Amino acid sequence: MIDLQNVKKSYATGVQALNGITLHIDRGEFVFIVGDSGSGKSTLIKLLLKELDPTSGTIKVNGINLNRMKPRAIPKYRRKLGVVFQDFRLLKDRNVYENIAFAQRVIITPTKQIRKNVPKMLSLVGLAEKYKAYPRELSGGEQQRVALARALVNQPNILLADEPTGNLDPKNSKEIMKLLETINERGTTVVVVTHNQEIVDAMKKRVIAMHKGVIISDERKAGYTQHAD
Amino acid sequence: MFSLASIATMSACIFLFGIFFCVVENFQHMVREMEKSVAVTVFFDEGLSQEQIDAIGSQIRARTEVSDVVFVTAEEAWDEYKEIYFEEAPELAEGFEDDNPLANEAHYEIYLKNVESQDDLVTWLESVDGIRRINESAQVADILTNFNMLVGYISIAVILLLLCVSVFLISNTVTIGIAVRKEEIAIMKLIGATNGFVKAPFVVEGIIIGLIGASIPLALLYFLYTKLINFMGDKFNILTGLLQFLPVGEMFRILLPVGLALGVGIGFFGSFFTIRKHLRV
Repeated sequence: MIDLQNVKKSYATGVQALNGITLHIDRGEFVFIVGDSGSGKSTLIKLLLKELDPTSGTIKVNGINLNRMKPRAIPKYRRKLGVVFQDFRLLKDRNVYENIAFAQRVIITPTKQIRKNVPKMLSLVGLAEKYKAYPRELSGGEQQRVALARALVNQPNILLADEPTGNLDPKNSKEIMKLLETINERGTTVVVVTHNQEIVDAMKKRVIAMHKGVIISDERKAGYTQHAD
Repeated sequence: MFSLASIATMSACIFLFGIFFCVVENFQHMVREMEKSVAVTVFFDEGLSQEQIDAIGSQIRARTEVSDVVFVTAEEAWDEYKEIYFEEAPELAEGFEDDNPLANEAHYEIYLKNVESQDDLVTWLESVDGIRRINESAQVADILTNFNMLVGYISIAVILLLLCVSVFLISNTVTIGIAVRKEEIAIMKLIGATNGFVKAPFVVEGIIIGLIGASIPLALLYFLYTKLINFMGDKFNILTGLLQFLPVGEMFRILLPVGLALGVGIGFFGSFFTIRKHLRV
């Protein structure tokens, strides 16, 4: 499903963000990517989203070689991915319903279909009652649920979550992780980049630890390992 | 807010364009009218028969630059002369009743479609057998030609300047719009929006700004132009013969589509190229 072979990424500033990453993630897996700031986690997510190109190495997602992907094909590729961020990235001037419907409109889904899909997603994330609320009226946890609903409404087969609990309290963090687990159980491959040691320890999933652009451990049913220099 | 500012400035530009267009069109209309009164006159060799004169007339009429040819007989020429110079003492002219002093002055008055082609016509006339003398109003023709060209150049320069200003304004609006909607655009791109989907709202906005920005000044110009023509007709009817304004319908038959196309075109191209430059999606 996700396959990286000796991927390196250096920026124009000279920073070597990734230094020879090789990893494989199977369909339906739940994977944590952990590491300190500057370990290359976010660069990895950007490479998977095709926001960046690797300096060298091969990245394959859903059997597609991203290195050979033409710019015109990128939108279609991204529709197969769902993505959530630490800062939620909701549209502040639109309510919950419109935020989720927006993702469907972008891929030209008929309005009739949108009216069916959005309430389903809202029920899944437990916000069916709050479809009229604006982001500013919601708690951090609720905003992240909206972001999750938006990421899932187009039925991606991979969900990338970049620090999804970074702005949440422990209770909300747990709820979001439970939701991600439910989504994973429904067949979606989930990749979570996080700092949250408590959650990683509690979930007992595959954990890939990174440090200074390289993978230093990759263990199944593992906990969080703090890797200092 | 920025859109309103753009509409206002676009309106001002198209309003200025419209005024300039009206002035240029009316001036050219007046020049065309004046050109019609500028004629080349040809006189014939002595003893030329009427058949030969008619043959020369046919050759002249066949020329593409000629709009009209009027044959003036020697008698008509004398009558006209009398009217001008002996109006107050007609008895003085009576002595010439049987001896037309202009007996050899029958001529063709040749009116041109375009005064600029006068030189070509005169060169050709000089090579025609049977023509004794050619009177041309070279000075008038030169002045009109030069003035026409000057107005043409000035109008092109002003229109180009206004176009650049308008494109810059639209481009500015779109740039600000992109900055304001940066987050929305980033989300759209991550969700998998196509380039067209991201660009479309900005291009549509540009076109709408152009359309509204053109409609307002065109409506205003229509109103003001109608008022001006009526006012000039009422107050300065003594100048009616000299200042022949284009009727409002005729003016707007050109100005309306040109103005709207200009607004929409500036809106479309201004926004299209700006978004291409800034988004690189």
